[in-house]
Amino acid sequence: MQAGRRAIIELRQVEKHYLMGSFLVKALDGITLTVYAGDYISILGPSGCGKSTLLNILGCLDQPTTGEYLLEGRDVARLPDDELSQVRGKRLGFIFQSYNLIQQLTVVENIEVPLYYQGVPEAESRRIATDLARQVGLGERLDHRPTELSGGQQQRVAIARALANDPAVILADEATGNLDSKSGGDILKIFDDLNAAGKTLIMITHDEKMAERTPRVIRLRDGQVVFDSGDAIVRPSAGAALSMKEG
Amino acid sequence: MKFSKTVGDLAVWRLKRSVILGLKSLWMHKLRSMLTALGIVFGVASVIAMLAIGEGASHEAQEQIKNLGSQNIILQSVKPTNDATAGEQQRSLILSYGLTRRDLEQIRNTIPGVEVVVPARQMKDYIWNISHSVDADVLGTVSWYPEMRGRRVSAGRFFTNLEMEDRSNVCVLSADLAKRLFPLSDPIGREVRLQRSYFRVIGIIEGRPISTDAAAGSGGLGGGSQKAKKGGEKGAPGEESTYEMLIPLTTLVERFGEVLMKYRSGSFEAEKVDFHEVTVKINDPDKVMTSAEAIRHLLERNHKEVDYRMIVPLELLRRAERTKQIFNIVLGSIAAISLIVGGIGIMNIMLATVTERTREIGIRRALGAKQRDIVSQFLIETVLLSGAGGLIGVAVGLAIPMVITRFADMLTIVEFWAPALAFTISVVIGVAFGIYPAFRAAGMNPVEALRHE
Repeated sequence: MQAGRRAIIELRQVEKHYLMGSFLVKALDGITLTVYAGDYISILGPSGCGKSTLLNILGCLDQPTTGEYLLEGRDVARLPDDELSQVRGKRLGFIFQSYNLIQQLTVVENIEVPLYYQGVPEAESRRIATDLARQVGLGERLDHRPTELSGGQQQRVAIARALANDPAVILADEATGNLDSKSGGDILKIFDDLNAAGKTLIMITHDEKMAERTPRVIRLRDGQVVFDSGDAIVRPSAGAALSMKEG
Repeated sequence: MKFSKTVGDLAVWRLKRSVILGLKSLWMHKLRSMLTALGIVFGVASVIAMLAIGEGASHEAQEQIKNLGSQNIILQSVKPTNDATAGEQQRSLILSYGLTRRDLEQIRNTIPGVEVVVPARQMKDYIWNISHSVDADVLGTVSWYPEMRGRRVSAGRFFTNLEMEDRSNVCVLSADLAKRLFPLSDPIGREVRLQRSYFRVIGIIEGRPISTDAAAGSGGLGGGSQKAKKGGEKGAPGEESTYEMLIPLTTLVERFGEVLMKYRSGSFEAEKVDFHEVTVKINDPDKVMTSAEAIRHLLERNHKEVDYRMIVPLELLRRAERTKQIFNIVLGSIAAISLIVGGIGIMNIMLATVTERTREIGIRRALGAKQRDIVSQFLIETVLLSGAGGLIGVAVGLAIPMVITRFADMLTIVEFWAPALAFTISVVIGVAFGIYPAFRAAGMNPVEALRHE
């Protein structure tokens, strides 16, 4: 039924090696993974399983040691730095555990940061940012600084910022980790709504409850995918990517 | 999204945004930014102020020296210093000293290239306008004196050769003397009295361009006389005065003789001096120094005592230029050091800022900032800091000379290029010392930067 869905992210045998002293550590050990447009994914796993490394590579903040990474069909595994920046700015949205807003900027200015680096003209950028701030319920706080906002509000600014460039994928790293359950729930509600509106979301978490919330769950252990519900449930007739994983 | 902006518009817009962002970041740490910029403020202000003071001081000196005539050699008679305490014994003796006719003849005949010689005799006495008197110098000289010594006749005229031959009773007053004697009326055409002779005032001459005493000793022959200030006490001939009456040399000799008498509160002095001052003009500018040397030897042979003084304006000018050069080198070094210190201060703070804002750098990189965006962000911030420091420095640097001129009564000259140069240097310093921190910021690994606490 969903065979026609577009693959946004394709990872093939991605490995990431680190040198810890004289030991070679394989943070990622042959990840093969396909993310389709409209996916809503939780990536779970114990700490040290490679979740963050995977997210960094998915987010084009880091590059794999070996393997292929196609983002919307384009190989981004070996791109030069400037083009990686371009990809991050245009096609990816980031949401962090500690919000990561820029302290000297106001709410609306924070949302404008990705637009600024894409050269969006001032009036246009201000309009987009203001709209997004309203969408996340911060229409009244456009000119506040991050320090004047609660954690939940800051995270909503971060969501608005992640949406500013209309990215292909939104990557969230423990987005509710610093929040109480009420604010966390609000944030997750926004995620649900975004996904319902067609956005592709990938969340990294160690919270088992998240697994119940998202349609697709991926479990990592020791740098490998040990469970991927998506392929089993959403795509029972697995394609080439799936067979490679099993192999 | 479609943008109709041209590339140029975009660049301007981005620069504007970057500048605003930079200002915001600097504003967040107002005190720190101010203190950092202060290093540049002092550097720039001191460069401008020191240049202005140096320029003013040397300008004044050089103008005065130039007015003496760069092709001139000025010889002055100086009363020998050892008689100062012997006044009682020498009361009725005639004191004879200074430049003689023989000196003058020899200079004229044996020194090659001597073009014009201006002899002058000087005496001191009261000049009277009816019942009003002023103690002044009376200078007997020749008709080409003003031209040779670079003095301007501001009203009327100087006396002529004919008047010299006729030994006419005409005089030219210095501007100060004219003002004292005729405070309310035009002195020209009026008469003043000197002892028993009346002189018709035919012109007003500007004050002496230099107190030659300031250059005393520069010919190697210091007379040790004290400097007479305007309206101050009058001393021995040869000293400068702003109260001067100039009359033809011939008239002076005829009316007052070879021996000049001076009456001073009951006692009197008599002295026989052929010439108080002789100005020698050398026709070839390149031979001034060698001629000066020859004259020096000649005078050393003729005079047992050092009762003369030699001033070579060209030598003074060269010395002044050399002094200015040294001054400029010293100034340049001080300025360079202070600006480098300021620059290091800025670099230090920027490095701290970069470390402190590692997180922000990581965020920006994640949100699409290229390395060059980060470089320009920090570079713009540094240049804003140093540029603001430079601007304040220019303001302070312009104010200091004004204050000095106002309160210390010193001439200061701010060359138009000095503030521009100082400001440019401050911006250059900002770029030079901002590059390393900026590249360090841009070179950070985005992943590690994001993880930075």
